[in-house]
Amino acid sequence: MRFLGLIWSNLKRRKLRTSLTLLSIFVAFLLFGLLCAIKEAFTAGITLAGVDRLIVRHKVSLIMDLPVTYGPRMERIPGVVSAVPFVWFNGIYQNEPKNFFATMAVPPAPFLDLYRECVLPEDQKQAWLNTRTGAIIGRTLAERFKWKIGDRIPLTSPIWPNKEGGAWEFDVVGIFDGANKGTDTSGMYFRYDYLDEGRAYGEGLVGWYGARVSDPEQAAAVAKAIDAEFANSPYETKAEPEGAFVQGFIQQIGNIKTILLAILSAVFFTILLVAGNTMAQAVRERTEELGVLKALGFRDGLLLALVLVESGVMAAVGGLAGLGVAWLITARGSPVPAMLPVFYLPTRSLLIGLGLVFALGFAAGVLPALQAMRLPVALALRRHV
Amino acid sequence: MSTGNGVLVRVEDVHRTFWRGAEQIDVLSNLHLEVPRGEFLALMGPSGSGKTTLLNLIGGLDRPTSGSVEVAGERIDRMSNRRLAAWRARHVGFIFQFYNLLPVLTAERNVELPLLLTHLSKSERRRHVETALHVVGLTDRSGHFPRTLSGGEQQRTGIARAIVTDPTLLLCDEPTGDLDRKSGDEILGLLQALNREHGKTIIMVTHDPHASARATRTVYLDKGRLSAEKPE
Repeated sequence: MRFLGLIWSNLKRRKLRTSLTLLSIFVAFLLFGLLCAIKEAFTAGITLAGVDRLIVRHKVSLIMDLPVTYGPRMERIPGVVSAVPFVWFNGIYQNEPKNFFATMAVPPAPFLDLYRECVLPEDQKQAWLNTRTGAIIGRTLAERFKWKIGDRIPLTSPIWPNKEGGAWEFDVVGIFDGANKGTDTSGMYFRYDYLDEGRAYGEGLVGWYGARVSDPEQAAAVAKAIDAEFANSPYETKAEPEGAFVQGFIQQIGNIKTILLAILSAVFFTILLVAGNTMAQAVRERTEELGVLKALGFRDGLLLALVLVESGVMAAVGGLAGLGVAWLITARGSPVPAMLPVFYLPTRSLLIGLGLVFALGFAAGVLPALQAMRLPVALALRRHV
Repeated sequence: MSTGNGVLVRVEDVHRTFWRGAEQIDVLSNLHLEVPRGEFLALMGPSGSGKTTLLNLIGGLDRPTSGSVEVAGERIDRMSNRRLAAWRARHVGFIFQFYNLLPVLTAERNVELPLLLTHLSKSERRRHVETALHVVGLTDRSGHFPRTLSGGEQQRTGIARAIVTDPTLLLCDEPTGDLDRKSGDEILGLLQALNREHGKTIIMVTHDPHASARATRTVYLDKGRLSAEKPE
């Protein structure tokens, strides 16, 4: 503690240089936090994917439909507990493309049984079962449009126009929360029967199935059996575990993890060079002063520690501020809920960030610290002459 | 700290050799010196004669190539770096030609530096600092940074830093070399007072005969050898 004043005075020595270094470290860790949140947004689906769930889609493409009759046939395959149809509705509110959000038609009870992470109070579940035009919306979506239970929402769909040609009307009967922090609550689910009866064409077709298997370890074998069941039919299927499906979906954009890792590595390497150069410069210009401290009796180990702590303080102040601001930004929710519905800084990433703060402090300070420690005192004192 | 016969510093048969590439430079050869406790010794000689090297050896900032350096009965040339650092903190006060104050610290914080290595509490440290600054007559400038102090004031701060731990030995390397005559006289007067009134043993390297006149004894170093007489 008694040396903190000395460390603090040294940090204040070149205020502009220290401020700029702090700023660069701050920006690096802010970027780290935000990129981690973006990565989480892309990979939360993989992380939270049910190990006992399969996604069954058309073998050619997800945009091609499957018959609704496949559901009961799948449920007869050994190992399949339930098969729930999904139809992508692509709902748009007030005809504004920016008001787009995930909207899917599902059978209510089987859906809630399949996706138990969508937590809905029992009375709201009953209301959904009893209301043909009923829809449940996620908490994030409700907050986004300030919707509440009882509201009537008109939506248009570029995929599924209704027979009357106007907007579809939905009654909000429930608001669900996520059982996990990463559960997507930015979407809306409504009844499949309402869609099927009202749509202008495509009756009896679904987009894909979500299927629950009785034994997760047999998921691959069950997927194979499902595909075999529908082989050589007009609607051949591709069944795969939900995690693999989500991952494949994300990889259509690119290998997000590798891209983010590459950006972070480049940023951190640059920051390390900046901070390391600052520390080395700070030690170099203080050679004579370090010699004086040694002459006064400061041990080599103490000088090593003082320089390392100085570097650590710089990394900690800049890094913790960056992580803190990143956390505050992500705590306010996604700035683009339509694109990144799940957006938060996971505790795991925060801990990694803290580790990187200490690693940066150590890596930037260790060489200058060793240099200070090994400095021959008589030589250091002669620098002035 | 005590040693027999009242000798505080005993340098015996010391050689100090430096290497510049393949060239061997014998800065000190077969050097003997005894400094009694309470003496104010001036060490004179031309540039490059080895005065500062000898001072560094006595202060434990450097080690002889051969020979022994004994201060208050302790062979400091045999001490480990760690022990030597602790020994310097306890027993030696250094006063430099260019003051060597830390520019980011105020005068009082500069004076406090050696006390950070002790177990004294903050209030005890403050008391010691006040006393040292009072001795050098700088109490009213204690909160000033070195850049706002005159050369004489900076050197007085350096002296306060050297005496704040009440060391046995003060080693001064050209303490008036960067000062005008008036300020230099003040500093020399202060060193004399420390020697006479506080019993400090002082070894002062100087070029200046006017400064050496204040010492109780003057020795001359030339080509690595000591003599009591000024060489021709």
